[in-house]
Amino acid sequence: MKPALLTGKHYITGDVACAEGALAAGCRFFGGYPITPATEIAEHMAERLPGVGGLFIQMEDEIAAMASVLGASWAGKKSMTATSGPGFSLMMENIGLGVSTETPCVVVNVQRGGPSTGLPTQVAQGDMMQARWGSHGHYAIIALSPSSPQELFYQTIRAFNLSEKYRTPVLIMTDEVIGHMSERVEIPEAGKIEVFSRNKPRGRRDRFRLFSPVENGVAPMPAAGDGYRIHVTGLTHDERGYPDLTVDAQANMVGRIVGKIQNHLDDIIQTESYRMQDAEIVLISYGVSGRTALAAVDMARSQGIKAGLLRLLTVWPFPEAMIRSLAGRVKGFVTVEINLGQIHLEVERCAAGRTPAFLVGHAGGTLISPQRVVERIKEAF
Amino acid sequence: MADHLKKAGNKQVHPLDDMVRRDRMPHIWCPGCGIGTVFSACLTAIKSSGIDLDKVVMVSGIGCSGRAAGYTNLDSFHTTHGRAIPFATGVKLANPELKVIVFSGDGDLFAIGGNHFIHAARRNIDITVVCVNNLNYGMTGGQAAATTPEGSLTTTTPLGNPERPFNLPLLAYAAGAAYVARWTMLHIQDLTESIKEAMVKPGFAFIEALSPCPVNYGRRNKEKPLDTLTMYRDKTIIKNGASPLELDVDSRKSIILGKFVDIQKPTFFELYEKIYRPAE
Repeated sequence: MKPALLTGKHYITGDVACAEGALAAGCRFFGGYPITPATEIAEHMAERLPGVGGLFIQMEDEIAAMASVLGASWAGKKSMTATSGPGFSLMMENIGLGVSTETPCVVVNVQRGGPSTGLPTQVAQGDMMQARWGSHGHYAIIALSPSSPQELFYQTIRAFNLSEKYRTPVLIMTDEVIGHMSERVEIPEAGKIEVFSRNKPRGRRDRFRLFSPVENGVAPMPAAGDGYRIHVTGLTHDERGYPDLTVDAQANMVGRIVGKIQNHLDDIIQTESYRMQDAEIVLISYGVSGRTALAAVDMARSQGIKAGLLRLLTVWPFPEAMIRSLAGRVKGFVTVEINLGQIHLEVERCAAGRTPAFLVGHAGGTLISPQRVVERIKEAF
Repeated sequence: MADHLKKAGNKQVHPLDDMVRRDRMPHIWCPGCGIGTVFSACLTAIKSSGIDLDKVVMVSGIGCSGRAAGYTNLDSFHTTHGRAIPFATGVKLANPELKVIVFSGDGDLFAIGGNHFIHAARRNIDITVVCVNNLNYGMTGGQAAATTPEGSLTTTTPLGNPERPFNLPLLAYAAGAAYVARWTMLHIQDLTESIKEAMVKPGFAFIEALSPCPVNYGRRNKEKPLDTLTMYRDKTIIKNGASPLELDVDSRKSIILGKFVDIQKPTFFELYEKIYRPAE
């Protein structure tokens, strides 16, 4: 039987790297449903989980998959699921339950073209706003977007760590190209991987409050069966977890859910800067389009354009302060993404009219070429 | 004072006091509603089963019956509409030593959650599902459900229900449940025994508990609260082992109660262990 951590050098797809990252982070439950282009994550977990003491179940649909992931998390296991657009839509209901009940778990969306069945086998990045606001009500969420299989491995570990630390679902917004491409992935030794697991309560059980923040803006989390006799509800609840359908309770609960993320932006937001020191044209991108943007920066530089790249590994919460501090100091923002303007709208908002913001995007189905990005820069500036 | 209440100083102690969150009382259930009786039967069954209460988990969906999870002093989860069973599946499979009971209503379990019910039964997930069947959506004001008898009046079938209802025990049986029983909330001893038996037994167990909804269903169908209970007494037949085919709920004939299925077969987890983690 293979160990949980396959230390060494591998040549694997992003989907497999994601599954291996999950195992490295301690994921021991996967509730899934097949969907292109995310199926390989489920298949790999089905093969690997039994050997490391975990369990895989293929549920009857993505609604059930997401529900099972929440249940497993409350039973004490690090849990995840993986899907693509249509399944992501079905999961929204229980992602909301996860947000409301502050349940750690990881949801991977290997994005394909939409809306509806769309382009099952072809790339897009059209679910970015759905990731932010797809479940009803006002809330905050964490979404990560890696640009290579290697990064997907690490970001999956990070997704689990953040979900355990802040007691929240964390979304990995990868895409068909990253999911299906094979690249070298190096899995380090256990000692070089930081793994965080949820804090468990200590002390008197009768005084424990399930939603009373102690550290990182969240309360410790016992598992069902630990003897705390917890009550967990998707209704608006007080710090004991009891339903409390009042304006004050609503303000406290939503405030806590938003606050625990807003108050830890430095810890949650991760970006990578490339040739940014003297950049006048700032490209902003993420996921597979981050690779396009990287090539475009070099191409633009070779033509005398001072371009740089701000690559977002964390997309939500949006690195607002970073964009605001650049606004007014640089000549232009160019967002590169495979949709008709989603993160671009955020950039435009934060640029606040002080720096023009442009989009290089299309509706999905293929990658964006670096040449197109450079042409757009030349046109605009 | 009724026999089941005894005095401890000035405080009345109910034998199920330790099983409920007293700080959540009063409950939301209407006068004449049967959910509380089914809930009591369920708690009595849990208590008398001898299972460590720290290891018992109750999961509910949404609706009047869905509020039960919030009243029990167990680890309890009030989930999304229809999703109690897949949530419970996750709990049970992530920690098989837990005893998981799903307590919810007919609308929750069989309309919006119908798909989850049949698949959990098919997989033989080791959980006990108690369905309070009051023949309509009570919480939202009395709309037609997947269990509403043909011709019945509800707010969404103002001239009568043109649909036929599910025969729930037949559905459970066909989907592969290891244990299937039906009682009314008037048959409290049988109901309690059934829930207890189901909890102890490995495999997917389903217990339907017919229960009155005088405020929403009874009122519109010329059924006074006492009429429903009289019907439960006079127009039911206990027939253990009856064929699931004859278990439809139809006002023109008697309703059959009893235990209909009680079979042994390996659970999902047992098969998973056997196939994926055979003993060295």
